[in-house]
Amino acid sequence: MNLITLDAWDLLLAALLIGLNAFFSIWLRLSLERQLLIAALRMIVQLTLMGFVLKTLFAISSLPFTLTALTFMALFAGNEVHGRQERRFTGWWSYGVGTISGNTMTGISLGLNTLTAQVARERISVEAQLALGATFLQAIRPLLRGAAKTGFIPIVNSMAAVGLVSLPGMMTGQILSGVDPIEAIKYQMLIMFLITGGTGLGVMIAVHAGAWRLTDRRHRLRLDRLAAESKAGKG
Amino acid sequence: MLKIRALAPCGLAPFDFDLEKGRCAAIMGPSGGGKTLTLRAVADLDPNEGEVFLDGKERGRFPAPDWRRRAIYVPADSGWWTDRVGDHIHDRETAAAFLPRLLLTKDALSWEVSRLSTGERQRLALARALLLDPPVLLLDEPTSGLDEGAAHAVEDELQERLRGGTSILMVTHSREQARWVASALLNIGGGRVREEAP
Repeated sequence: MNLITLDAWDLLLAALLIGLNAFFSIWLRLSLERQLLIAALRMIVQLTLMGFVLKTLFAISSLPFTLTALTFMALFAGNEVHGRQERRFTGWWSYGVGTISGNTMTGISLGLNTLTAQVARERISVEAQLALGATFLQAIRPLLRGAAKTGFIPIVNSMAAVGLVSLPGMMTGQILSGVDPIEAIKYQMLIMFLITGGTGLGVMIAVHAGAWRLTDRRHRLRLDRLAAESKAGKG
Repeated sequence: MLKIRALAPCGLAPFDFDLEKGRCAAIMGPSGGGKTLTLRAVADLDPNEGEVFLDGKERGRFPAPDWRRRAIYVPADSGWWTDRVGDHIHDRETAAAFLPRLLLTKDALSWEVSRLSTGERQRLALARALLLDPPVLLLDEPTSGLDEGAAHAVEDELQERLRGGTSILMVTHSREQARWVASALLNIGGGRVREEAP
């Protein structure tokens, strides 16, 4: 196999792009730089650690070890979804939703964020429908639709763009390391189907669970179950 | 007949009240005293303690949407969920015939919600509720944004409904309106609900 190895300078050059983003963020006062830099640092640490973990996992190839690693990843995903919300659900509840799969994280984040922001903004129109005798599901359906649509944007985009606009990392990596492109593409399709299917289901379950959490047996709109504003909302 | 027993809207002491068919009770008191919360509690829109009976049947025995369909709450600030007025009304033919009674034209059904004046919004929101012909109406300042002529048209229509047997609980700031339409007065203030002579 003709493997292209990278040295530290190649990586540093690529990392400069993140620095450039941070610079513009400060200049344009978008206050994204902190989040971006922390995420970049985390990526470096997490990937390095994961490299060691994978090496060990492949070496001992034991089921209990693999399952433990998967559990940890799922728990982190849940924590991340919770952390990205502008208006968070109160309680342990939202941690649970995010743990369905690590790959559904982005979609669920977007979907729930849209739902809670819209519900808070559209309180008067939702309650107007309830007051005239609509069920909570009838009153909330337009907002559910919007939230699910937003949650679907990243996966729909990535499927539509793959091969034309974007070359997925795994496939490119396999090809760079000498795997037959046709084989690499088959793997990529498999992965895309799994990710898209999982994310779609995850988003739909999450926004409906979110809506269910926002009401009670008497079909009321329970905005008291959203924490008013978090740090992300104020910043 | 609407029977309220030990109802405690958020922050208020529990109170009892009976409202006969065809009667209107005015709710008065200082702003922020809990008048709106009282109407919302009767409509069961906020979590609340206490019982409300309609013709002897407790509201908990109705599914919540059915209860609210019988005791319709019309807030002071109306909500709209699509762009056109007509989309908010089921029976447009009946609506077209009814709207002139509130000094609105039947063309109002094709208007855009975002271009309505305050008074038009308020009367259309009331019309939307009246067209469902509920046995109980919970009105929050139904004439606050209206000119004198429109306010009188609304009051006349409410009188007409009372004669037809509808019960009305109405928040108002006008003594005159309370005397003209209502036969009972609830004063809400200082965390308490008291029944007074109108």
